[in-house]
Amino acid sequence: MMRLPWIVEPRIGRTGPRALLAPLIAVVTTVVAAVILMSSQGVAPSRAIWQLYVAPLSSLYNLSEVLLKMAPLLIIAQGLAIGFRAKVWNIGAEGQLLLGAIGGSLLPLWFNDSVNPMMLPTMAMCGMLFGMGWAALAAFLRTRFNANEILVTLMLNSIALQLLYYLVSGPLRDPYGFNFPQSALFPQVAMLPSLFGMGRANVSIIVALLATVAAWIFVERSMTGYKLQVGGVAPDAARYAGFREKRAVWLSLCIGGAAAGLAGVFEVAGPLGQLQRVVSPGYGFAAIIVAFLGGLNAIGILFAAFFMAVIYVGGDMAQASAGVPYAVNTSLQGVLLVSYIGARLFVDYRVRWRRDITQQGVN
Amino acid sequence: MGTTLVFLLSGTLLAATPLLLAAMGELIVERAGILNLSIEGMMALGAVVGFATIMATGSHWLALGNQVATGIAVGILGLGLSGLIGKPYEGMTVAPMKRIPIPVLSEIPIIGPGLFNHSALVYLAPLLAVGLWWMLRSTRIGLIIRAVGESPESAHAIGYSVLMTRFLAVMVGGFMAGLAGAFIATVSATLWSDGMIAGRGWIVVALVVFATWRVDRLVIGAWLFGLATIAELLVQGAGISVPSQLLTSIPYIATIIAISILSMDGRKMRLNAPASLGRTYNSTA
Repeated sequence: MMRLPWIVEPRIGRTGPRALLAPLIAVVTTVVAAVILMSSQGVAPSRAIWQLYVAPLSSLYNLSEVLLKMAPLLIIAQGLAIGFRAKVWNIGAEGQLLLGAIGGSLLPLWFNDSVNPMMLPTMAMCGMLFGMGWAALAAFLRTRFNANEILVTLMLNSIALQLLYYLVSGPLRDPYGFNFPQSALFPQVAMLPSLFGMGRANVSIIVALLATVAAWIFVERSMTGYKLQVGGVAPDAARYAGFREKRAVWLSLCIGGAAAGLAGVFEVAGPLGQLQRVVSPGYGFAAIIVAFLGGLNAIGILFAAFFMAVIYVGGDMAQASAGVPYAVNTSLQGVLLVSYIGARLFVDYRVRWRRDITQQGVN
Repeated sequence: MGTTLVFLLSGTLLAATPLLLAAMGELIVERAGILNLSIEGMMALGAVVGFATIMATGSHWLALGNQVATGIAVGILGLGLSGLIGKPYEGMTVAPMKRIPIPVLSEIPIIGPGLFNHSALVYLAPLLAVGLWWMLRSTRIGLIIRAVGESPESAHAIGYSVLMTRFLAVMVGGFMAGLAGAFIATVSATLWSDGMIAGRGWIVVALVVFATWRVDRLVIGAWLFGLATIAELLVQGAGISVPSQLLTSIPYIATIIAISILSMDGRKMRLNAPASLGRTYNSTA
């Protein structure tokens, strides 16, 4: 068996500034990859950079689009990060988001002529409960039957999508909608108030920022947050201290599910204004990337969500103005996470050539 | 009735083949201790590359670091790239791979045309499974792979390179997933469309758990899943009024149930699962 010519060893004493290195490398790599990908589609490099990273911030309208996309990413990623710290791998935010959108849509569809101001808050609660319930299925199967939550939440994503397709083409379809697979439009009281005069950004970004503060307090200052983290870092120690693993699983999945469900409500009550086949452009998956890119840290996630939203909007604009396929977006998201993980490898570990080590002797 | 049966048999085999191919690759990867969640993207990439060249090409990445996240990331990357590369091919079709009827056997009524009139890969997949079973059980390479998956520390101690073995396993897994994707694009569908893998990659991951990391059960599992896919078409064709979305969900629901039942006996599951599955391993010497 041949040996690799290098060895990988952990770096000891990782310090603050170095923690920022990995996300920075990832962002730079993504920008470079964007230029290469766009060039392959016949777009000049300078134009590509402009389209993807400058144009989204160039006007109030575009900026409001960025905030609109940032809100769900931020909410979901904060919820997921809490679970990820406890090593509970909820990969099902996309499905939980869809269930949230479905749950949030029921009230405005059933009471379509309502003018009750409590409509929006009730919808939000309803959506969170639906998202939480969907995630709770995975929590139940994990704690009761030991079923791997990664696989279960993945499967639940696919099932949630089929459920949505069924509802919008059947029970929840708009009876006056010429058979289009979408629900009736929501009444005005079920729509999120917009934030600026121009653009589509709405109060969801305010809620997302509040969620960030809440997540920060929960993780850094609360006993429960501390217990979750200990359970993730040192399960044996946590067990010895009497922290129950089952509780961590339930808590992690319920928080993540509720957050994703809320994001789902904000999509239907915000830019969409109805339930339709396409509720999310993959926010649930992108939020996983955001959570990692932000170092599972509430403040880091804030910046990561912003950057990811810029990519989304830039990609949309490039598609509209330069005819660049939407797949560029998905590719860049992938590049972002792969390069982040690659960079983390080099930041957390040292790679040394065997030859050099033998020359030095064993140390 | 006869034609329905022929369709059922041949359709099951056709649907099961890509699942089996990719799942065998994933089995090797997981036996070496790595949980590779990027099958979906690898299959998508395989589908489009296979389509573009009509030649199976493997795709591979090094899954080190955080395996779960890397898997998802490479998966998303693969899906995105496949969409990008495939854009010019949208809506085009290719001639299907040539069918090779097996002499004598294909003359048997019903079973003959159902089971013995396929393209080469359909026959090759179960043969590969037998080879894989034998390789894991009684060859040196199989032993090394299993050792690395069960106890990377011991494997390292007796001089095997854990990283190298895992790297090669992931390459093989990627190749098989790519092959499966190419099969879907060039043999069963003969066209390429964005999103054509449609969650099969995730089913493959589940299939390996379903088979409790054993090759024989993997073959049976793949055929069962193939049957489920075909049953959906048959039920729809028969005009039975079940929402199509429910039928599409059946493999996913079945997977969840299977995982739950199999995991329930934690002890048995742990005996079968590679002990180091999903754990990162660093050699420091």
